Amino acid sequence: MTNVSTNVAASASAQMIAAAPTVPANDPLRPHAARIVSIRPEVAGIATYELELDDPATRDLYRFRPGQFNMLYLPGIGEAAISISSDPGAPERLLHTVRAVGNVTQALARQRVNDRILLRGPFGSAWPVEDGLGCDVILAAGGLGLPPLRPAIHELMRNRGDFGRVLLLYGARKPADLLYTDEYETWRNAGIEIEVTVDLGDANWTGHIGVVPTLFDRVALDAGRTRLFTCGPEIMMRFVIYEALDRGVAAEHAFLSIERNMNCAVGFCGHCQLGPAFACKEGPVFTWRRMGPFVETEEF
Amino acid sequence: MTDRRTTTAPGDAVALAKTDLQQVLDALRQAGYRTIGPRPSQGAIVFDDIERVEQLPIGMIDEQDGGRYRLRESDEAGWFDYVVGPHSLKNFLFPPRECVQELVQLDDGWECRTPPETGPPLAVIGVRGCDLHALAVQDRTFLEGPYVDPGYQARREKLFLVAVNCRRAAATCFCHSMQTGPAVRGGYDLALTELEDRFVVDIGTDRGAAVMDRVAWSECATEDLAQARALPADLERAMHARESEHGGPDEPRQRRMDPTGIRDLLLGNLEHPRWDDVAARCLGCTNCTMVCPTCFCSTVEEVADLSGEHVRRERAWASCFTEEHSYLASGVVRPTIRSQYRQWLTHKLASWIDQFGTSGCIGCGRCITWCPVGIDLTEEVAAIRGDAP
Repeated sequence: MTNVSTNVAASASAQMIAAAPTVPANDPLRPHAARIVSIRPEVAGIATYELELDDPATRDLYRFRPGQFNMLYLPGIGEAAISISSDPGAPERLLHTVRAVGNVTQALARQRVNDRILLRGPFGSAWPVEDGLGCDVILAAGGLGLPPLRPAIHELMRNRGDFGRVLLLYGARKPADLLYTDEYETWRNAGIEIEVTVDLGDANWTGHIGVVPTLFDRVALDAGRTRLFTCGPEIMMRFVIYEALDRGVAAEHAFLSIERNMNCAVGFCGHCQLGPAFACKEGPVFTWRRMGPFVETEEF
Repeated sequence: MTDRRTTTAPGDAVALAKTDLQQVLDALRQAGYRTIGPRPSQGAIVFDDIERVEQLPIGMIDEQDGGRYRLRESDEAGWFDYVVGPHSLKNFLFPPRECVQELVQLDDGWECRTPPETGPPLAVIGVRGCDLHALAVQDRTFLEGPYVDPGYQARREKLFLVAVNCRRAAATCFCHSMQTGPAVRGGYDLALTELEDRFVVDIGTDRGAAVMDRVAWSECATEDLAQARALPADLERAMHARESEHGGPDEPRQRRMDPTGIRDLLLGNLEHPRWDDVAARCLGCTNCTMVCPTCFCSTVEEVADLSGEHVRRERAWASCFTEEHSYLASGVVRPTIRSQYRQWLTHKLASWIDQFGTSGCIGCGRCITWCPVGIDLTEEVAAIRGDAP
């Protein structure tokens, strides 16, 4: 068995994006210019921005892992922490799916193709895809929690033979809010089982209705060999994890991506303080084993 | 004439007539240092530029208690018998406001640059054992993680420290509990111990020795050295002894804190009723976080000119005692004073240990003194410990 898993790890690691020396190591507060290559409207209020770093040397150095984020910067307005939602295997093409909700993201929504913005990154911890080799992987996302998981979907598709079942449990408030619907077929064809739910159906909706945790009733888990990656509203992630734990998934195999106020992204500013960690530096991806007690404490 | 040494080396201790401290100041200034030292200003001892030893708060001491700070003339003419004021090294290495990026708009985008640190090197005179520990704590935040803060690093590398061994403690001091003082133990270029008419000067570094080579020091008499070593040791013993003494009703409580198992104590009591109790007293004014020599929270602000073509990113001190600090688009994580105070205290004394391998508290008592309602973290911890199972 040991030999087998070692071989699997070796074959997969060739395909996976390893932790690499990153752009911010040198001067972490310095942003880098990037061109908006394309803007794709997704659903109401949400668009995906494709960015390309201007400087060829920086572009060559830039690598990211699934679940990491960039600080997108509009001078005079400010920075926003946005997860990278594209394939880590193609780091020259950085996609960010953004909801226009604050100063920075609303200003971003006013930008056009070929405009220049700036970015710092990549920052933060990653979904430990490589630790799930040979395991079943459940990705549970709510609303805008799907973009931070899409790099993991790419990683899993590229190495599909090295994993057991791969399930995506995804929910949104209503059918019109579902992201990336034109990609589900590709994902299914690549061997990813997809269960979709909405809180509120409409006249055309024939799918499941209910919150994301209820989707666990539709799938049979092999708890001992399951890895859970979840991203979405904190309350959703909690109940997703409770469902997984109830079915026997270990707390150290349940990973969640926690949102906090990230101002500097490198552990200097203190805003994303979360119990024993900084969400920007040691997070955003944590195990439930480590963060559960703090996430469960009101206003901590 | 005996064969008097003409040079000193790290590890040496020499004697210096008090007024000849001026020569140390002069040597530092000639070497290009901006000399900072304790000065009375607006009723408190602050760190500010000094050129002459006469500017030192000679003969002044501070009386401190929860929410109270008073300067008065001392019976002795000590040069450094005040303890700590509201300022610390933080004010200079991690300034309250600092430009971290400058941007200029070009035809096809933005040019940005990290402003180089061009200020003169700093020499700070009068830092205490607790201050040196606070510096080591801030180093872990800005220098010893995966990322290095370039401005802090530049100022830190050039910093020259003239430390002072405390001869007295304020009622708010609890360095003896946190094992950060009162004795200065390393981390300085020069360390002074004040005797009646002279200082014993411990040389800590080659840079310190180079400065002393330009000063008229003399050999340190054995009895002077013994007296200098005994002073902070006697003070530490007195601080431990005072814990068992009960002062009169008008006497301030002498602070101490038991750090045993404090991480698990606090993180295991996140719903303790004491958080509600302290929240009813705390004004959320942020003073404790401003005067704390290890608090490092900041916010980067955009400062643009009228054209919008020139932007400065200015980093300013921030505080966890604000809603803005934990703001998310989905809501404020810590909207109440209860949750904000709990955040501050559990970070300072408990989760700091997870993050940096050390307590964030160095026992200087500044947060007690400068709290307008005199909230005392040593009392809050004792209350939680007293009720803890």
